[in-house]
Amino acid sequence: MTDLAAPSRLRRPRRPVPRTGRAGVAVAAVVLAGAVAACLLAPVLWPLDQSAVELGAIRLAPSGEHPAGTDDLGRDVLHRSLYGLRISLLVGAIAALVATVIGGCVGAVAGTVGGWVDRALMRVVDTIAALPHLLLGIFVVAMLRPSLGAVILSIGLTHWLSTARIVRSELLSLRTRPFIDAAISGGASRARVLTRHLLPHVLPRLALATTLMVPHAVWHETALSFLGLGLPPHLASLGNMINDGQRSLLTGAWWASLTPGLVLIVVTLALATLTGRWRDRLDPRVRAELNL
Amino acid sequence: MSDAGLAARQVTVSYGRQRVLDGVDLHIAPGETVGLRGPSGSGKSTLARVLALLHTPEGGHVSIDGVPIRGARHRVPAAVRTRVAILFQSPRAATDPRLSLADIVAEPLRATGVPAPAVRARTTELADLVGLTPDLLGRRPHAVSDGQLQRACLARALVHRPDYLICDEATAMLDASTQAHVAAVITAYQREHTAGVLLITHDTALMSRWASRGVDLAARPASPARPGSADHRDRALSRRS
Repeated sequence: MTDLAAPSRLRRPRRPVPRTGRAGVAVAAVVLAGAVAACLLAPVLWPLDQSAVELGAIRLAPSGEHPAGTDDLGRDVLHRSLYGLRISLLVGAIAALVATVIGGCVGAVAGTVGGWVDRALMRVVDTIAALPHLLLGIFVVAMLRPSLGAVILSIGLTHWLSTARIVRSELLSLRTRPFIDAAISGGASRARVLTRHLLPHVLPRLALATTLMVPHAVWHETALSFLGLGLPPHLASLGNMINDGQRSLLTGAWWASLTPGLVLIVVTLALATLTGRWRDRLDPRVRAELNL
Repeated sequence: MSDAGLAARQVTVSYGRQRVLDGVDLHIAPGETVGLRGPSGSGKSTLARVLALLHTPEGGHVSIDGVPIRGARHRVPAAVRTRVAILFQSPRAATDPRLSLADIVAEPLRATGVPAPAVRARTTELADLVGLTPDLLGRRPHAVSDGQLQRACLARALVHRPDYLICDEATAMLDASTQAHVAAVITAYQREHTAGVLLITHDTALMSRWASRGVDLAARPASPARPGSADHRDRALSRRS
Protein backbone atom coordinates (compact mmCIF):
# COMPACT_ATOMS: atom_id res chain seq x y z
CA MET A 1 0.00 0.00 0.00
CA THR A 2 2.71 2.45 0.96
CA ASP A 3 4.99 2.02 -2.01
CA LEU A 4 2.66 2.92 -4.82
CA ALA A 5 5.55 4.67 -6.53
CA ALA A 6 7.64 1.52 -6.65
CA PRO A 7 6.26 0.02 -9.88
CA SER A 8 6.97 3.21 -11.85
CA ARG A 9 10.54 3.21 -10.62
CA LEU A 10 10.98 -0.39 -11.60
CA ARG A 11 9.22 -0.13 -14.94
CA ARG A 12 11.59 -0.53 -17.82
CA PRO A 13 11.31 1.85 -20.76
CA ARG A 14 8.98 0.23 -23.25
CA ARG A 15 10.58 -1.05 -26.37
CA PRO A 16 8.73 0.19 -29.41
CA VAL A 17 7.00 -2.73 -31.11
CA PRO A 18 7.67 -2.65 -34.85
CA ARG A 19 4.35 -2.25 -36.61
CA THR A 20 3.20 -1.99 -40.15
CA GLY A 21 2.09 1.56 -40.86
CA ARG A 22 -1.32 2.59 -42.12
CA ALA A 23 -0.13 2.66 -45.72
CA GLY A 24 1.18 -0.91 -45.44
CA VAL A 25 -2.10 -2.13 -44.04
CA ALA A 26 -4.04 -0.33 -46.77
CA VAL A 27 -1.88 -1.89 -49.48
CA ALA A 28 -2.29 -5.33 -47.89
CA ALA A 29 -6.06 -4.87 -47.73
CA VAL A 30 -6.25 -3.83 -51.38
CA VAL A 31 -4.03 -6.73 -52.49
CA LEU A 32 -6.04 -9.25 -50.54
CA ALA A 33 -9.38 -7.84 -51.66
CA GLY A 34 -8.16 -7.94 -55.26
CA ALA A 35 -6.91 -11.50 -54.91
CA VAL A 36 -10.15 -12.72 -53.35
CA ALA A 37 -12.25 -10.91 -55.96
CA ALA A 38 -10.12 -12.37 -58.76
CA CYS A 39 -10.51 -15.86 -57.28
CA LEU A 40 -14.27 -15.47 -56.98
CA LEU A 41 -14.78 -14.00 -60.44
CA ALA A 42 -12.23 -16.09 -62.35
CA PRO A 43 -14.57 -18.98 -63.32
CA VAL A 44 -17.06 -16.49 -64.78
CA LEU A 45 -14.69 -14.10 -66.54
CA TRP A 46 -11.87 -16.41 -67.54
CA PRO A 47 -12.83 -20.09 -67.37
CA LEU A 48 -10.00 -22.62 -67.32
CA ASP A 49 -9.93 -26.12 -68.71
CA GLN A 50 -7.60 -27.76 -66.18
CA SER A 51 -6.45 -30.50 -68.52
CA ALA A 52 -6.10 -28.41 -71.71
CA VAL A 53 -2.69 -28.67 -73.30
CA GLU A 54 -1.44 -26.49 -76.17
CA LEU A 55 1.61 -28.11 -77.62
CA GLY A 56 2.16 -25.30 -80.09
CA ALA A 57 2.78 -22.77 -77.34
CA ILE A 58 5.31 -24.55 -75.10
CA ARG A 59 7.56 -22.38 -72.89
CA LEU A 60 6.73 -19.06 -74.52
CA ALA A 61 8.38 -16.08 -72.83
CA PRO A 62 6.13 -13.38 -71.35
CA SER A 63 4.46 -11.38 -74.12
CA GLY A 64 1.29 -9.42 -74.82
CA GLU A 65 -0.69 -12.58 -75.39
CA HIS A 66 0.70 -14.46 -72.38
CA PRO A 67 1.75 -11.78 -69.84
CA ALA A 68 3.46 -14.34 -67.60
CA GLY A 69 4.51 -16.76 -70.37
CA THR A 70 3.48 -20.39 -70.81
CA ASP A 71 4.68 -23.58 -69.11
CA ASP A 72 6.11 -26.78 -70.58
CA LEU A 73 2.66 -27.93 -71.68
CA GLY A 74 1.78 -24.63 -73.30
CA ARG A 75 -0.57 -23.48 -70.56
CA ASP A 76 -0.85 -19.78 -69.64
CA VAL A 77 1.06 -19.25 -66.37
CA LEU A 78 -0.91 -16.20 -65.22
CA HIS A 79 -4.20 -17.94 -65.85
CA ARG A 80 -3.16 -21.04 -63.94
CA SER A 81 -1.63 -18.96 -61.09
CA LEU A 82 -5.01 -17.38 -60.56
CA TYR A 83 -6.65 -20.79 -60.27
CA GLY A 84 -3.77 -22.01 -58.12
CA LEU A 85 -4.36 -19.16 -55.70
CA ARG A 86 -8.04 -20.07 -55.62
CA ILE A 87 -7.25 -23.59 -54.50
CA SER A 88 -4.56 -22.47 -52.07
CA LEU A 89 -6.79 -19.91 -50.35
CA LEU A 90 -9.65 -22.39 -50.17
CA VAL A 91 -7.44 -25.10 -48.70
CA GLY A 92 -5.85 -22.59 -46.31
CA ALA A 93 -9.16 -21.31 -45.00
CA ILE A 94 -10.79 -24.72 -44.59
CA ALA A 95 -7.67 -26.26 -43.04
CA ALA A 96 -7.44 -23.36 -40.57
CA LEU A 97 -11.08 -23.97 -39.64
CA VAL A 98 -10.48 -27.71 -39.20
CA ALA A 99 -7.47 -26.97 -36.98
CA THR A 100 -9.49 -24.49 -34.94
CA VAL A 101 -12.34 -26.92 -34.40
CA ILE A 102 -9.99 -29.73 -33.30
CA GLY A 103 -7.83 -27.42 -31.16
CA GLY A 104 -10.87 -25.67 -29.70
CA CYS A 105 -12.48 -28.96 -28.65
CA VAL A 106 -9.29 -30.40 -27.15
CA GLY A 107 -8.50 -27.14 -25.35
CA ALA A 108 -12.07 -26.82 -24.05
CA VAL A 109 -12.08 -30.37 -22.68
CA ALA A 110 -8.61 -29.97 -21.09
CA GLY A 111 -9.42 -26.56 -19.65
CA THR A 112 -12.81 -27.43 -18.19
CA VAL A 113 -12.47 -31.05 -17.11
CA GLY A 114 -8.95 -30.61 -15.73
CA GLY A 115 -7.26 -33.30 -13.66
CA TRP A 116 -5.81 -36.36 -15.40
CA VAL A 117 -7.79 -35.70 -18.61
CA ASP A 118 -6.04 -32.33 -18.90
CA ARG A 119 -2.63 -33.85 -18.18
CA ALA A 120 -3.15 -36.66 -20.69
CA LEU A 121 -4.35 -34.32 -23.45
CA MET A 122 -1.50 -31.91 -22.89
CA ARG A 123 1.04 -34.74 -23.09
CA VAL A 124 -0.51 -35.72 -26.44
CA VAL A 125 -0.14 -32.10 -27.55
CA ASP A 126 3.50 -32.01 -26.40
CA THR A 127 4.24 -35.27 -28.19
CA ILE A 128 2.78 -34.12 -31.48
CA ALA A 129 4.46 -30.73 -31.10
CA ALA A 130 7.80 -32.50 -30.72
CA LEU A 131 7.51 -33.98 -34.23
CA PRO A 132 8.25 -31.82 -37.29
CA HIS A 133 4.76 -31.00 -38.51
CA LEU A 134 5.60 -30.98 -42.21
CA LEU A 135 6.81 -34.55 -41.81
CA LEU A 136 3.64 -35.44 -39.95
CA GLY A 137 1.58 -33.77 -42.67
CA ILE A 138 3.37 -35.81 -45.32
CA PHE A 139 2.65 -38.93 -43.31
CA VAL A 140 -1.07 -38.14 -43.15
CA VAL A 141 -1.30 -37.42 -46.90
CA ALA A 142 0.64 -40.58 -47.67
CA MET A 143 -1.84 -42.58 -45.61
CA LEU A 144 -4.85 -41.06 -47.35
CA ARG A 145 -3.53 -40.68 -50.93
CA PRO A 146 -3.06 -37.16 -52.33
CA SER A 147 -6.35 -35.29 -52.81
CA LEU A 148 -7.90 -32.01 -51.79
CA GLY A 149 -9.50 -33.57 -48.70
CA ALA A 150 -6.27 -35.29 -47.66
CA VAL A 151 -4.31 -32.04 -47.88
CA ILE A 152 -6.89 -30.16 -45.81
CA LEU A 153 -7.00 -32.94 -43.25
CA SER A 154 -3.24 -33.22 -43.00
CA ILE A 155 -2.88 -29.48 -42.33
CA GLY A 156 -5.81 -29.47 -39.92
CA LEU A 157 -4.51 -32.51 -38.03
CA THR A 158 -1.05 -31.02 -37.54
CA HIS A 159 -1.93 -27.40 -36.74
CA TRP A 160 -4.43 -27.55 -33.89
CA LEU A 161 -1.80 -27.64 -31.15
CA SER A 162 -1.34 -23.92 -30.57
CA THR A 163 -5.10 -23.38 -30.66
CA ALA A 164 -5.62 -26.09 -28.04
CA ARG A 165 -3.01 -24.49 -25.81
CA ILE A 166 -4.52 -21.03 -26.18
CA VAL A 167 -8.05 -22.22 -25.40
CA ARG A 168 -6.89 -24.31 -22.46
CA SER A 169 -4.80 -21.55 -20.85
CA GLU A 170 -7.59 -19.03 -21.36
CA LEU A 171 -10.10 -21.34 -19.73
CA LEU A 172 -7.78 -22.11 -16.83
CA SER A 173 -7.31 -18.44 -16.07
CA LEU A 174 -11.01 -17.65 -16.55
CA ARG A 175 -12.07 -20.51 -14.31
CA THR A 176 -10.58 -18.89 -11.23
CA ARG A 177 -12.29 -15.54 -11.81
CA PRO A 178 -14.92 -14.57 -9.21
CA PHE A 179 -17.64 -14.15 -11.84
CA ILE A 180 -17.38 -17.85 -12.62
CA ASP A 181 -17.61 -18.58 -8.88
CA ALA A 182 -20.69 -16.37 -8.78
CA ALA A 183 -22.26 -18.27 -11.70
CA ILE A 184 -21.59 -21.64 -10.03
CA SER A 185 -22.91 -20.34 -6.74
CA GLY A 186 -26.04 -19.17 -8.59
CA GLY A 187 -26.73 -22.74 -9.70
CA ALA A 188 -25.31 -22.76 -13.25
CA SER A 189 -24.48 -26.24 -14.56
CA ARG A 190 -21.08 -27.15 -16.03
CA ALA A 191 -22.47 -26.86 -19.54
CA ARG A 192 -24.00 -23.49 -18.86
CA VAL A 193 -20.83 -22.11 -17.30
CA LEU A 194 -18.91 -23.31 -20.35
CA THR A 195 -21.28 -22.05 -23.04
CA ARG A 196 -22.54 -18.90 -21.39
CA HIS A 197 -19.56 -17.61 -19.41
CA LEU A 198 -16.34 -19.23 -20.59
CA LEU A 199 -16.53 -19.75 -24.35
CA PRO A 200 -17.80 -16.26 -25.23
CA HIS A 201 -14.62 -14.89 -23.66
CA VAL A 202 -12.42 -17.30 -25.61
CA LEU A 203 -14.11 -16.80 -29.00
CA PRO A 204 -12.35 -13.57 -30.06
CA ARG A 205 -9.00 -15.21 -29.43
CA LEU A 206 -10.09 -18.33 -31.25
CA ALA A 207 -11.13 -16.25 -34.26
CA LEU A 208 -7.76 -14.53 -34.18
CA ALA A 209 -5.89 -17.84 -34.01
CA THR A 210 -7.88 -19.11 -37.01
CA THR A 211 -7.09 -16.04 -39.08
CA LEU A 212 -3.41 -16.19 -38.24
CA MET A 213 -3.44 -19.82 -39.30
CA VAL A 214 -4.66 -19.12 -42.84
CA PRO A 215 -1.38 -17.82 -44.37
CA HIS A 216 0.48 -20.59 -42.59
CA ALA A 217 -1.90 -23.20 -44.00
CA VAL A 218 -1.49 -21.73 -47.51
CA TRP A 219 2.26 -22.20 -47.21
CA HIS A 220 1.74 -25.73 -46.07
CA GLU A 221 -0.54 -26.62 -48.94
CA THR A 222 2.06 -25.21 -51.31
CA ALA A 223 4.83 -27.15 -49.63
CA LEU A 224 2.90 -30.42 -49.85
CA SER A 225 2.01 -29.82 -53.51
CA PHE A 226 5.61 -28.90 -54.27
CA LEU A 227 6.71 -32.20 -52.80
CA GLY A 228 4.24 -33.96 -55.07
CA LEU A 229 1.99 -34.95 -52.17
CA GLY A 230 -0.61 -32.27 -52.60
CA LEU A 231 -3.17 -32.00 -55.32
CA PRO A 232 -3.19 -34.18 -58.45
CA PRO A 233 -0.63 -32.75 -60.97
CA HIS A 234 -3.16 -31.61 -63.57
CA LEU A 235 -4.95 -29.34 -61.06
CA ALA A 236 -3.57 -25.82 -60.91
CA SER A 237 -2.18 -25.17 -57.45
CA LEU A 238 0.62 -22.79 -56.59
CA GLY A 239 2.75 -25.61 -55.22
CA ASN A 240 2.17 -27.83 -58.28
CA MET A 241 3.07 -24.96 -60.58
CA ILE A 242 6.29 -24.06 -58.76
CA ASN A 243 7.21 -27.73 -58.83
CA ASP A 244 6.50 -28.03 -62.58
CA GLY A 245 8.39 -24.79 -63.17
CA GLN A 246 11.55 -26.33 -61.71
CA ARG A 247 11.96 -28.51 -64.79
CA SER A 248 11.46 -25.58 -67.15
CA LEU A 249 13.99 -23.57 -65.19
CA LEU A 250 16.82 -25.79 -66.48
CA THR A 251 15.78 -25.02 -70.04
CA GLY A 252 15.87 -21.27 -69.39
CA ALA A 253 12.12 -20.74 -68.91
CA TRP A 254 12.43 -18.84 -65.62
CA TRP A 255 8.90 -17.43 -65.86
CA ALA A 256 7.12 -20.72 -65.21
CA SER A 257 7.88 -20.62 -61.47
CA LEU A 258 8.17 -16.86 -61.08
CA THR A 259 4.51 -15.83 -61.26
CA PRO A 260 3.08 -18.53 -58.95
CA GLY A 261 5.94 -17.83 -56.51
CA LEU A 262 5.28 -14.10 -56.55
CA VAL A 263 1.53 -14.60 -56.14
CA LEU A 264 2.19 -16.87 -53.16
CA ILE A 265 4.56 -14.41 -51.50
CA VAL A 266 2.45 -11.31 -52.12
CA VAL A 267 -0.87 -12.82 -51.04
CA THR A 268 0.43 -14.57 -47.91
CA LEU A 269 2.34 -11.41 -46.95
CA ALA A 270 -0.83 -9.37 -47.33
CA LEU A 271 -2.76 -11.91 -45.24
CA ALA A 272 -0.07 -11.99 -42.58
CA THR A 273 0.11 -8.19 -42.46
CA LEU A 274 -3.62 -7.83 -41.94
CA THR A 275 -3.94 -10.60 -39.37
CA GLY A 276 -0.83 -9.35 -37.58
CA ARG A 277 -2.33 -5.89 -37.38
CA TRP A 278 -5.53 -7.31 -35.99
CA ARG A 279 -3.58 -9.35 -33.46
CA ASP A 280 -1.68 -6.27 -32.28
CA ARG A 281 -4.86 -4.32 -31.84
CA LEU A 282 -6.89 -7.06 -30.25
CA ASP A 283 -4.59 -8.65 -27.78
CA PRO A 284 -0.89 -8.25 -27.24
CA ARG A 285 -0.98 -11.05 -24.67
CA VAL A 286 -1.38 -13.94 -27.07
CA ARG A 287 1.41 -12.87 -29.42
CA ALA A 288 3.95 -15.13 -27.81
CA GLU A 289 1.58 -18.09 -27.64
CA LEU A 290 0.57 -17.95 -31.29
CA ASN A 291 4.15 -17.77 -32.45
CA LEU A 292 3.31 -18.20 -36.12
CA MET B 1 -24.11 -33.31 14.43
CA SER B 2 -25.23 -29.78 14.91
CA ASP B 3 -28.59 -28.07 14.85
CA ALA B 4 -29.88 -25.66 12.18
CA GLY B 5 -27.31 -23.41 10.59
CA LEU B 6 -24.36 -23.21 8.22
CA ALA B 7 -21.30 -24.66 9.84
CA ALA B 8 -17.64 -25.24 9.11
CA ARG B 9 -16.25 -28.22 11.04
CA GLN B 10 -12.50 -28.56 11.48
CA VAL B 11 -11.93 -27.04 8.06
CA THR B 12 -8.35 -27.28 6.84
CA VAL B 13 -7.15 -25.71 3.59
CA SER B 14 -3.69 -25.45 2.09
CA TYR B 15 -2.48 -23.80 -1.08
CA GLY B 16 0.49 -25.94 -2.06
CA ARG B 17 2.56 -26.30 1.10
CA GLN B 18 1.08 -23.20 2.66
CA ARG B 19 -1.58 -24.05 5.22
CA VAL B 20 -4.16 -21.29 5.24
CA LEU B 21 -6.85 -22.71 7.50
CA ASP B 22 -6.12 -25.30 10.13
CA GLY B 23 -9.01 -27.00 11.87
CA VAL B 24 -11.33 -24.01 11.85
CA ASP B 25 -14.84 -24.23 13.31
CA LEU B 26 -17.51 -21.68 12.59
CA HIS B 27 -21.26 -21.76 13.01
CA ILE B 28 -23.85 -19.37 11.61
CA ALA B 29 -27.37 -19.88 12.93
CA PRO B 30 -30.45 -18.82 10.90
CA GLY B 31 -31.18 -15.14 11.40
CA GLU B 32 -27.82 -14.52 13.01
CA THR B 33 -25.14 -12.11 11.80
CA VAL B 34 -21.64 -13.33 12.52
CA GLY B 35 -18.75 -10.95 12.03
CA LEU B 36 -15.42 -12.44 10.96
CA ARG B 37 -12.22 -10.48 11.44
CA GLY B 38 -8.60 -11.22 10.93
CA PRO B 39 -5.44 -9.73 9.48
CA SER B 40 -4.73 -9.93 5.75
CA GLY B 41 -3.74 -13.42 4.75
CA SER B 42 -5.40 -15.09 7.69
CA GLY B 43 -7.69 -17.08 5.39
CA LYS B 44 -10.94 -15.12 5.75
CA SER B 45 -11.73 -15.20 2.04
CA THR B 46 -10.73 -18.86 1.82
CA LEU B 47 -13.12 -19.65 4.65
CA ALA B 48 -15.80 -17.64 2.81
CA ARG B 49 -15.24 -19.70 -0.35
CA VAL B 50 -15.35 -22.94 1.61
CA LEU B 51 -18.61 -21.93 3.27
CA ALA B 52 -20.06 -20.82 -0.09
CA LEU B 53 -19.33 -24.37 -1.36
CA LEU B 54 -16.82 -23.05 -3.89
CA HIS B 55 -13.72 -24.69 -2.47
CA THR B 56 -13.29 -28.23 -1.17
CA PRO B 57 -11.36 -28.27 2.10
CA GLU B 58 -8.66 -30.94 2.52
CA GLY B 59 -9.82 -31.65 6.00
CA GLY B 60 -13.16 -31.16 7.73
CA HIS B 61 -16.40 -30.27 6.00
CA VAL B 62 -19.22 -27.79 5.69
CA SER B 63 -22.69 -28.72 6.86
CA ILE B 64 -26.05 -27.10 6.28
CA ASP B 65 -28.67 -27.73 8.97
CA GLY B 66 -26.59 -30.61 10.24
CA VAL B 67 -26.27 -32.33 6.86
CA PRO B 68 -22.63 -32.62 5.85
CA ILE B 69 -21.85 -31.45 2.29
CA ARG B 70 -19.37 -33.50 0.31
CA GLY B 71 -17.21 -31.73 -2.28
CA ALA B 72 -17.78 -28.27 -3.66
CA ARG B 73 -18.73 -26.38 -6.82
CA HIS B 74 -20.49 -28.63 -9.34
CA ARG B 75 -20.28 -31.71 -7.15
CA VAL B 76 -22.87 -30.09 -4.92
CA PRO B 77 -26.40 -30.14 -6.40
CA ALA B 78 -27.58 -26.72 -7.64
CA ALA B 79 -30.49 -26.76 -5.19
CA VAL B 80 -28.03 -26.99 -2.28
CA ARG B 81 -25.51 -24.55 -3.81
CA THR B 82 -28.09 -21.83 -4.18
CA ARG B 83 -28.95 -21.97 -0.47
CA VAL B 84 -25.67 -20.19 0.27
CA ALA B 85 -25.03 -16.95 -1.60
CA ILE B 86 -21.79 -15.00 -1.66
CA LEU B 87 -21.12 -11.33 -2.21
CA PHE B 88 -17.54 -10.63 -3.28
CA GLN B 89 -15.35 -7.67 -2.46
CA SER B 90 -14.83 -6.53 -6.03
CA PRO B 91 -18.03 -6.25 -8.07
CA ARG B 92 -15.88 -5.73 -11.19
CA ALA B 93 -14.23 -9.12 -10.86
CA ALA B 94 -17.49 -10.77 -9.85
CA THR B 95 -19.49 -9.80 -12.94
CA ASP B 96 -19.23 -10.97 -16.51
CA PRO B 97 -18.25 -7.83 -18.46
CA ARG B 98 -20.35 -8.93 -21.45
CA LEU B 99 -23.68 -9.02 -19.65
CA SER B 100 -26.00 -6.12 -18.85
CA LEU B 101 -26.90 -5.51 -15.21
CA ALA B 102 -30.35 -6.97 -15.83
CA ASP B 103 -28.79 -10.13 -17.27
CA ILE B 104 -26.35 -10.35 -14.37
CA VAL B 105 -29.24 -10.35 -11.91
CA ALA B 106 -31.38 -12.69 -14.02
CA GLU B 107 -28.62 -15.17 -14.91
CA PRO B 108 -28.94 -17.45 -11.83
CA LEU B 109 -32.69 -17.74 -12.47
CA ARG B 110 -32.22 -18.58 -16.15
CA ALA B 111 -29.46 -21.04 -15.22
CA THR B 112 -31.88 -22.94 -13.01
CA GLY B 113 -34.65 -23.04 -15.60
CA VAL B 114 -37.02 -20.42 -14.20
CA PRO B 115 -39.57 -19.37 -16.91
CA ALA B 116 -38.99 -15.98 -18.57
CA PRO B 117 -42.00 -14.06 -17.12
CA ALA B 118 -41.02 -15.08 -13.58
CA VAL B 119 -37.41 -14.06 -14.28
CA ARG B 120 -38.55 -10.62 -15.43
CA ALA B 121 -40.78 -10.12 -12.43
CA ARG B 122 -38.12 -11.16 -9.93
CA THR B 123 -35.43 -9.04 -11.62
CA THR B 124 -37.64 -5.94 -11.49
CA GLU B 125 -38.53 -6.62 -7.87
CA LEU B 126 -34.88 -6.97 -6.85
CA ALA B 127 -33.73 -3.98 -8.90
CA ASP B 128 -36.30 -1.97 -6.98
CA LEU B 129 -35.11 -3.38 -3.69
CA VAL B 130 -31.44 -2.55 -4.23
CA GLY B 131 -32.17 0.77 -5.92
CA LEU B 132 -31.23 0.16 -9.56
CA THR B 133 -33.15 2.25 -12.08
CA PRO B 134 -34.30 0.71 -15.42
CA ASP B 135 -31.72 2.88 -17.16
CA LEU B 136 -28.92 1.30 -15.13
CA LEU B 137 -30.27 -2.21 -15.71
CA GLY B 138 -29.68 -1.91 -19.43
CA ARG B 139 -26.03 -0.92 -19.01
CA ARG B 140 -23.01 -3.14 -18.89
CA PRO B 141 -20.55 -3.21 -15.95
CA HIS B 142 -18.05 -0.83 -17.58
CA ALA B 143 -20.72 1.87 -17.77
CA VAL B 144 -21.69 1.91 -14.09
CA SER B 145 -19.90 2.76 -10.85
CA ASP B 146 -18.58 0.22 -8.35
CA GLY B 147 -21.43 1.05 -5.99
CA GLN B 148 -24.08 0.49 -8.65
CA LEU B 149 -22.42 -2.73 -9.72
CA GLN B 150 -22.24 -4.01 -6.15
CA ARG B 151 -25.98 -3.33 -5.85
CA ALA B 152 -26.51 -5.55 -8.88
CA CYS B 153 -24.30 -8.20 -7.26
CA LEU B 154 -26.40 -7.99 -4.11
CA ALA B 155 -29.57 -8.42 -6.17
CA ARG B 156 -27.98 -11.44 -7.86
CA ALA B 157 -26.99 -12.90 -4.48
CA LEU B 158 -30.55 -12.60 -3.21
CA VAL B 159 -32.24 -13.80 -6.38
CA HIS B 160 -32.66 -17.40 -5.20
CA ARG B 161 -33.75 -16.31 -1.69
CA PRO B 162 -30.71 -17.95 -0.04
CA ASP B 163 -30.79 -19.14 3.56
CA TYR B 164 -27.26 -17.89 4.14
CA LEU B 165 -25.39 -14.90 2.75
CA ILE B 166 -21.64 -14.51 2.94
CA CYS B 167 -20.34 -10.97 2.51
CA ASP B 168 -16.61 -11.10 1.80
CA GLU B 169 -15.60 -7.48 2.47
CA ALA B 170 -18.56 -6.64 0.28
CA THR B 171 -18.86 -3.04 1.41
CA ALA B 172 -15.17 -2.20 1.59
CA MET B 173 -15.06 -0.49 -1.79
CA LEU B 174 -18.29 1.47 -1.40
CA ASP B 175 -18.99 5.02 -0.28
CA ALA B 176 -20.77 5.57 3.03
CA SER B 177 -24.28 6.03 1.66
CA THR B 178 -24.11 2.97 -0.64
CA GLN B 179 -22.63 0.99 2.23
CA ALA B 180 -25.53 1.99 4.48
CA HIS B 181 -28.02 1.10 1.75
CA VAL B 182 -26.47 -2.31 1.08
CA ALA B 183 -26.41 -3.01 4.82
CA ALA B 184 -30.05 -1.96 5.15
CA VAL B 185 -31.13 -4.22 2.26
CA ILE B 186 -29.28 -7.19 3.73
CA THR B 187 -30.68 -6.58 7.23
CA ALA B 188 -34.22 -6.27 5.87
CA TYR B 189 -33.83 -9.47 3.85
CA GLN B 190 -32.36 -11.23 6.86
CA ARG B 191 -35.29 -10.23 9.06
CA GLU B 192 -37.84 -11.32 6.48
CA HIS B 193 -36.25 -14.69 5.67
CA THR B 194 -34.41 -15.36 8.96
CA ALA B 195 -31.26 -15.76 6.89
CA GLY B 196 -27.86 -16.24 8.46
CA VAL B 197 -25.21 -13.71 7.43
CA LEU B 198 -21.44 -13.98 7.64
CA LEU B 199 -19.89 -10.55 7.57
CA ILE B 200 -16.20 -10.43 6.75
CA THR B 201 -14.82 -6.96 7.30
CA HIS B 202 -11.91 -4.90 8.55
CA ASP B 203 -14.32 -2.17 9.59
CA THR B 204 -14.74 -2.58 13.35
CA ALA B 205 -17.45 0.10 13.53
CA LEU B 206 -19.55 -1.65 10.90
CA MET B 207 -19.01 -4.98 12.58
CA SER B 208 -19.95 -3.84 16.09
CA ARG B 209 -23.06 -2.12 14.76
CA TRP B 210 -24.23 -4.94 12.56
CA ALA B 211 -22.91 -8.28 13.76
CA SER B 212 -24.55 -10.00 16.67
CA ARG B 213 -21.36 -11.97 17.35
CA GLY B 214 -17.76 -11.51 16.31
CA VAL B 215 -15.14 -14.13 15.53
CA ASP B 216 -11.42 -13.48 15.14
CA LEU B 217 -9.44 -15.52 12.67
CA ALA B 218 -5.87 -15.23 13.90
CA ALA B 219 -2.89 -14.95 11.62
CA ARG B 220 -1.49 -18.35 10.83
CA PRO B 221 1.86 -19.15 12.34
CA ALA B 222 4.88 -18.41 10.17
CA SER B 223 6.15 -21.96 10.32
CA PRO B 224 3.82 -24.90 9.80
CA ALA B 225 2.65 -25.68 13.31
CA ARG B 226 2.26 -29.17 14.60
CA PRO B 227 -1.33 -29.96 13.82
CA GLY B 228 -3.27 -30.81 16.91
CA SER B 229 -1.11 -28.92 19.37
CA ALA B 230 -3.28 -27.11 21.88
CA ASP B 231 -1.34 -23.89 21.48
CA HIS B 232 -1.87 -23.88 17.76
CA ARG B 233 -5.56 -24.53 17.93
CA ASP B 234 -6.05 -21.62 20.27
CA ARG B 235 -4.29 -19.32 17.87
CA ALA B 236 -6.17 -20.60 14.88
CA LEU B 237 -9.48 -19.45 16.19
CA SER B 238 -10.36 -17.49 19.27
CA ARG B 239 -13.85 -16.28 19.89
CA ARG B 240 -15.05 -13.19 21.60
CA SER B 241 -18.56 -12.99 22.99
